[in-house]
Amino acid sequence: MRNETMTINMGPQHPSTHGVLRVALELDGETIVACKPIVGYLHTGMEKQAEYKTYTQSIPQTDRMDYISPMSNNLAFCLAAEKLLGIEPPARVQAIRVLLCELTRISSHAVWMGTHAIDIGALTVFWYTFREREKVLSIYDHVAGARMTSSYFRVGGLSRDIPEGFLERCEKFVDEMPAHIDEYESLLTRNPIWLARTQGVALISGKDAVAWGVTGPTLRGSGVNYDLRKNEPYSGYETYQFDVPVQSAGDAYARYQVRVQEMRESVKIAKQAIQRIRELGEFGPYRVRDFKYVLPPKEDVKTSMEALIHHFKIVAHGFFPPVGEAYSKVEAPKGELGFYLVSDGSSRPWRMKVRSPSFINLQALPVMVQGRMIADVIAAIGSIDIVLGEVDR
Amino acid sequence: MSDTPEFKPLRTLAPSTAPGELVMPKTADELLYEEVERGLLFTKVESMVGWAMNQARANAIWPLSFGLACCAIEMMAIAGPRFDVSRFGAEVFRGSPRQADLMIVAGRVSIKMAPVVRQLYEQMPDPKWVIAMGACSSCGGVFNNFAILQGVDKIVPVDVYVPGCPPRPEALLHGIMKLQEKILASKPEIGPIPRKRVLKQKGVA
Repeated sequence: MRNETMTINMGPQHPSTHGVLRVALELDGETIVACKPIVGYLHTGMEKQAEYKTYTQSIPQTDRMDYISPMSNNLAFCLAAEKLLGIEPPARVQAIRVLLCELTRISSHAVWMGTHAIDIGALTVFWYTFREREKVLSIYDHVAGARMTSSYFRVGGLSRDIPEGFLERCEKFVDEMPAHIDEYESLLTRNPIWLARTQGVALISGKDAVAWGVTGPTLRGSGVNYDLRKNEPYSGYETYQFDVPVQSAGDAYARYQVRVQEMRESVKIAKQAIQRIRELGEFGPYRVRDFKYVLPPKEDVKTSMEALIHHFKIVAHGFFPPVGEAYSKVEAPKGELGFYLVSDGSSRPWRMKVRSPSFINLQALPVMVQGRMIADVIAAIGSIDIVLGEVDR
Repeated sequence: MSDTPEFKPLRTLAPSTAPGELVMPKTADELLYEEVERGLLFTKVESMVGWAMNQARANAIWPLSFGLACCAIEMMAIAGPRFDVSRFGAEVFRGSPRQADLMIVAGRVSIKMAPVVRQLYEQMPDPKWVIAMGACSSCGGVFNNFAILQGVDKIVPVDVYVPGCPPRPEALLHGIMKLQEKILASKPEIGPIPRKRVLKQKGVA
């Protein structure tokens, strides 16, 4: 009797690997003996390219890392650069950032749910979740002028003030959203096929998850209560009332439950942020007033010589942070997203390093699928919610 | 569609005559000729079959379900509820290149991915078309560096370029409509493609 294993390739072109992930699977029959994710098929050289761009010019690059949640990436980069400069944007700006990041989380989880369900065979969900994603993208379009790659945040504030009617639009969206989440849940939460495909699948214990550096909903699905918005708050998250959903099962279904609950919590945070923006003034300052770092208002540029010089210097050279380094992290929809910037005193970072949650969560894939069937690999890849743009950068 | 000949009726119902002009009654021959012209259409078999094939190909494009980066999400959005690409007959995304006739290169192509893209293109059966979606696949876009192929047209022939970073779904729909125009205006291949050309495409001869 022959007893050998077979190695097969999944990807890089495979409808369920969320882009260009390649997984080399060693199989004994249909059981997985070893699983090896092979990345790099979307390597873009963003970290290297950042060394040739000013800090502001790097912001559009961050949109294209995790392109499902551009605002969170912008925020993480801007926070790192602000830490380097030692500035803090006004409270109103922070509230707008929080609002947009929470809308991003809703949209990201909606895309995740639609694509993950398609992978597993539930096609319908996609048409429901993309309906709400389109609404969030219209909000981006309204505020930043682009649907996906918004580049709305700037170091020290925002690129422009929020437009008229923006808050009403966001309010309408967050008021409608809980009913839509109920709709998604009615499609999946008690669906027997969904339960069979996700419960007990892609298991990872809390201890293993911590050991592999897993963060985000994947970690919280394994019973570890760790959310940067609570543990190390930024942008004033400590002043918002919300809960961190945690599930202890550690399987794909637990991650699904965590993400559904997170969408509900995001709605709560967004509502509070809208109210806060109203209190602080619907229109008002949207940048720090230190024109060494941000562009002065256009009216001043037309009337004041000094402002004109500042404007010219910022446009021509950018700003010059002091020599040093800064690491800043946010709770992106996929997990802990960190930017590490090293400055040599010039207007370009000497080094930019991205701690991308997708890349680090992906390394837990072999643990999740060891000894399981091929079909579970699809469920596992979907449940950890990777974006290849961020894995490879 | 500019290439479709304008419809000209063979006989106008009310012949325009200047006031006072004498209208001669038609002869039997003339009436017979008109009757024949009205009921018949002269064409070549080749162009008739070709027209039908072009119509079939243009209105039932099956794209390859193949995404690379950011643009892939907008490519998914055109299949979604708001943009609904099935209005243009191109909603059947296939997972296998063997069943697809349109490759939408959606996103940046890295040097590591380039051979894979080329192989996928070669695995698709003829006739096949390529849309370069977005700035990266058209020309490298903002990523002018060591890692990214500066335009997918370096490895596969591109029919339509859709600009944008990423293009809005409306832009991609417009690209698909442009491709349909291109297919309708093309001279269709009937029968098997000559072996010589197949080899040339593969770079063998």
